[in-house]
Amino acid sequence: MGKNIFLPLPVKLTAVLLAIVMISGCGSDKQKGAGGEFGLDSTEISQDLLDDINNAKQIFYSLPSPLETAMLIKSAGAMYNEDLLNPVSNASKYTTNKAMALNLGIYTTDLSFASLFDQTQTSIEYMNAAKLMADGLGILDAIDNNTIERLEENINNRDVIMDIISETFMSSSSFLTENERPALASIVLVGGWIEGLYIATNLVEGPDIEGNKLVERIVDQKLSFEIVIKLLEDNADHEAVSSLIADINDLKETFDKITITSSPIRAVPDEESSVTILKSESTIEITPEIFQELTEKVRVLRQNFIS
Amino acid sequence: MKRIFHFTIAIAILALAPLTVHAQCKGFAKKICKVELTPFIHDGNYHAAILSVGEEAELYKTFYSDTDYRISVCGSPTIPDIEFRVIDSDRNVLYTNKSQDYSRIWDFRLEASQQLKIFVKVPAPEGVPDDIQSGCVAIMFGFKEK
Repeated sequence: MGKNIFLPLPVKLTAVLLAIVMISGCGSDKQKGAGGEFGLDSTEISQDLLDDINNAKQIFYSLPSPLETAMLIKSAGAMYNEDLLNPVSNASKYTTNKAMALNLGIYTTDLSFASLFDQTQTSIEYMNAAKLMADGLGILDAIDNNTIERLEENINNRDVIMDIISETFMSSSSFLTENERPALASIVLVGGWIEGLYIATNLVEGPDIEGNKLVERIVDQKLSFEIVIKLLEDNADHEAVSSLIADINDLKETFDKITITSSPIRAVPDEESSVTILKSESTIEITPEIFQELTEKVRVLRQNFIS
Repeated sequence: MKRIFHFTIAIAILALAPLTVHAQCKGFAKKICKVELTPFIHDGNYHAAILSVGEEAELYKTFYSDTDYRISVCGSPTIPDIEFRVIDSDRNVLYTNKSQDYSRIWDFRLEASQQLKIFVKVPAPEGVPDDIQSGCVAIMFGFKEK
């Protein structure tokens, strides 16, 4: 007959607490180490600013969120096209953490896009798809049944809808970051960013890209591409991220062919509106061939993410 | 045995404290900083860290042309008012809240899309402090729908 060994409660508790302490300690060290690896070019800089940079402890890389991406597409005059969204029926296919994180970002961008164009039923369906991904990743309470109910109750109030989307996205990101899973948080952001690029590139009509506002927005993503790479490199010790860097780097060659030239920025405060205008001019250089190359590469990458 | 148990409890509390502080940081960012963005729409991104007096952080983000943005930088009441600067890729300081009585928000619009850096610092008070204060610092962004 098997024999159960009962340890006194303090011994058991001590063992459990020590285990927690060890796990918690390991995570904290890792986070600190990742932040300290960055080096910045510190030439042509004042001593004051140099001191500030050298002392910097935490570095954040911020990508346009799904909501901002959708707003940028809409404000460029694009039209809504539901055929471009990742079908919600695909949600059950994603079983790995990487696939769920990528598609949490993708579905949140689709949800934001549908919401900004007042597609009420589609918004609810995509919030449910995003919930499936968040649940699969073990993100607690970011999107619960109350969120869906709130969305349904306010389906005709776009301000509330956008608030719900931003709230759920923030809860998902903060949950992953605070639970020592920043690598997955970065994958979510990159998934959302690629979905925005995919939607935008496919909404450009005709071969003439000269003066097209949406093309300008897409070209602007060259600036965010640098941040994407930094964000991923920050988490490169995670296997899913290192494979993602290799995928994303395929875009570098094409973005390198695009030129953005900006004049120096002049900050002009407007006393009346309390808004500061950052005045500068920029010119972009992109040919229809390079635009097609970018469109195709983004399509392949995104197809890879949703398959 | 009792002594080991008490010691372990103390160590566990110390080790788990940062997790609790992080959770409080998220609550603080949501309840205090996000409100400061009104009437702008919060983009949904979350950037927050526990910083001590004298410590710094920086954030890189692309801001897009013809979009109205608001930056909100705020710190918990346990630390001094947060100093922040907005710096362009040529290292020019476009804005500092130091000359604006440490304002927690800044509204701006760009004529051309740019990658900017937000530099954040918890200023050290005059003299030698009795203890090292630390608290949550959050950086949040809002935009206006066009």
